[in-house]
Amino acid sequence: MIEIGLGHYLTLGAVIFSIGVIGIFLNRKNIIVILMSIELILLAVNINLVAFSIYLGDLAGQVFTLFILTVAAAEAAIGLAIIVVYFRNSGTIRVEEIDKLKG
Amino acid sequence: MIAHAIFFYVFSIIAVISAIMVTASKNTVHSVFFLILDFISISCLFIMIGAEFLGMIMLIVYVGAVAVLFLFVVMMLNVAQQKNQWFAAKDSSKHIPVGLIISTLIFFEIIIVIGGWKYKPEIFDINNSIAQTSISNTHSLGQILYTDYIHVFQISGMILLVAMVGAIVLTFRQRSGVKRQSYIKQISRERTEGVEVLEVQSNKGVKIDD
Repeated sequence: MIEIGLGHYLTLGAVIFSIGVIGIFLNRKNIIVILMSIELILLAVNINLVAFSIYLGDLAGQVFTLFILTVAAAEAAIGLAIIVVYFRNSGTIRVEEIDKLKG
Repeated sequence: MIAHAIFFYVFSIIAVISAIMVTASKNTVHSVFFLILDFISISCLFIMIGAEFLGMIMLIVYVGAVAVLFLFVVMMLNVAQQKNQWFAAKDSSKHIPVGLIISTLIFFEIIIVIGGWKYKPEIFDINNSIAQTSISNTHSLGQILYTDYIHVFQISGMILLVAMVGAIVLTFRQRSGVKRQSYIKQISRERTEGVEVLEVQSNKGVKIDD
């Protein structure tokens, strides 16, 4: 318990990943919270990569964390732009009412 | 070592609780603030285990840009009143057990993988970008980021450019009924359209715009 190893960080990553998945499934009201849950999932992946990179002494993990950060920022910008356009056209971003495709 | 453990547990407990609050809080603005708290505590963890460049970048990119963008959109769309309730809607109750089952399954699968995972001794022979301890984290990251990973770096720049152009194109709106300057119209205006020579008769005015 006192000696913090790789497993502790991986467990933290797993917990945050699962909370992100729960957030996507259980949130039925607001699509912005779903985007935030996706950010949580990417954060969990970043934790895993950085922990492996530090404990294995290989810097490639940190480089790829940098690229994941880039893609996450781009994804958030595009997703929020789509949400803004959808809200302008339909007047709602509640998940239950976004059912044009009848999925 | 004790200090490392104490700080790890403090920051990770804060991170997990704020992650739960991101998905569970009723107000979307509070969710964004808990997301910021989550990012800050995780970046403290990164700085603590020696990835200080990534921790700082995380603060700048996530807290400084992404979370502010989220906050901006939440304020602009006025969704703070649209409450985010888990168990409110009747017809959504069939999603809840499915979601819980799938996420607990994912969690236990990851835990099983972590529990059965061991170092292979030859892992240290195959990695080619070994962290050197004599120079700082930022220095060593820069040394491989701009040499070994230069193409990936350029591609990530292209991704950011495409995202920027896409976001602008998506949200750009041409309003009708707003007077704007049109340089083409102004420059291509001819004398015959603007000026008209009229013969004014005496005791009669000139009628324009008939």
